[in-house]
Amino acid sequence: MLDTLRTVFLTFLHSFHRRATVQYPEQQPYLPPRYRGRIILSRDPDGAERCVACNLCAVACPVDCISLQKTEADGRWYPQYFRINFSRCIFCGFCEEACPTYAIQLTPDFEMSEYARPNLVYEKEDLLISGVGKYPDYSFYHVTGIPIPGKDRGASERERPPVDLHSLLP
Amino acid sequence: MTRASLALVVLGPFALLGLATVLTWVERRLLGLWQDRHGPNRVGPGGLFQPVADGTKILFKQDWIPPFADRSVFILAPVIGMMTVLLSFGVIPLTDTLWIAGNLNVGLLFILGMMGLGVYAVVLAGWASNSKYALLGGMRAAAQMISYEVFMGLSLLGVVMLAGSFNLRTIVSAQAGLWFIVPQGLGFCVFLLAGLAETHRLPFDLPEGENELGAGFHTEYSGMKFGMFFIAEYAGIVLISALIATLYLGGWRGPWLAPALWFALKTGVVVVFFILLRAALPRLRYDQLMALGWKVLLPLSLLNVMATATVLMLRATP
Repeated sequence: MLDTLRTVFLTFLHSFHRRATVQYPEQQPYLPPRYRGRIILSRDPDGAERCVACNLCAVACPVDCISLQKTEADGRWYPQYFRINFSRCIFCGFCEEACPTYAIQLTPDFEMSEYARPNLVYEKEDLLISGVGKYPDYSFYHVTGIPIPGKDRGASERERPPVDLHSLLP
Repeated sequence: MTRASLALVVLGPFALLGLATVLTWVERRLLGLWQDRHGPNRVGPGGLFQPVADGTKILFKQDWIPPFADRSVFILAPVIGMMTVLLSFGVIPLTDTLWIAGNLNVGLLFILGMMGLGVYAVVLAGWASNSKYALLGGMRAAAQMISYEVFMGLSLLGVVMLAGSFNLRTIVSAQAGLWFIVPQGLGFCVFLLAGLAETHRLPFDLPEGENELGAGFHTEYSGMKFGMFFIAEYAGIVLISALIATLYLGGWRGPWLAPALWFALKTGVVVVFFILLRAALPRLRYDQLMALGWKVLLPLSLLNVMATATVLMLRATP
């Protein structure tokens, strides 16, 4: 009996508690930087696309929502098209983990509702942003040994010049 | 019958329906408050127009009568539920001189009778639905409401003895010196619990019992027929609260404020308390409900009757 009355009283005390609800459209909830929301393709500090169309994200994706095709220009690999079907995407972040060049990243944004389902298929121009995302200094072609116009073999960061095999002759 | 009283008779039920509709919003907001959330607060100022939106929606719902249901009884049941509650309101004195229908000299008996008839709404709904959950809900409702009706009447006997009348106005007048909640504290508690069971509100909402019976006796109802049950339930809460205010809290009596305002205030406090109970307490098990009714509350109300009678006799004999 007293327990019951105590329950009623304690419930009444909740009148003076702070409400836990976040009034969403007016009040935005705090999303941490590593929140797994809308997927973007980032660029390196020079403004070039980071994605090298290696297909690892598409392979890692458990729901097969990523589709892309490789193409080449100036010794670099690019995705000819890069398509994410967000009506399938489960925002697991495996693509981000699989990406060897930090190109594909998940962002703290979930406001991507659409009235028509086909609008949820994002093409490369929808995905590509002009910034560097979470990794401001990283540039794949500056640390890899692959030569590109303006950077010869051996000119990458932390890379020694290539050894001249002929000089080793006796 | 004067024109004013006629208008009251015609408009009173509509006002009550409006009140019951608003109460759905009040309840949801208050439950939200006590559960540290907001409740419906989008439609209109503070969500006040939520009942309008809900009503519009429910009016446009398909009015579905299951093919296996007993058609005429199925339609009749919600009507009974609504009618009995609305009729009961007719005899409750809003102020010293204001009633919806009129001052009945057996007003209390009339209300108890109407509540007894109200059981039919639930039982017939459960029976006519011709489905097992609805039937279970209806049977539970029958057992619960009939057994709680017994000592609901008995708990009121103390009040009737003190006031010496079944007339609600006389009962309120008899509380000029002291509200009956003080000498009739026990009867008040019993009546409160019986009232909860009578309106099948939590913690006594076994006829509905969402998580065991679907929705109990109104499982098969949809559209405005369900709406009628819903509104009748809320009107029933207002009715029980108004009765408690009249019988135990001095009705319209109070200093400074207008009598009607006092009455509304007291009723409102009891309504809020009903909602608080819903927010706080879990549903009883069925056997617990029956045991509480017959083994605890019935003896208590009998004790109350005897104690009141003894005191009155001692006072009468010099």
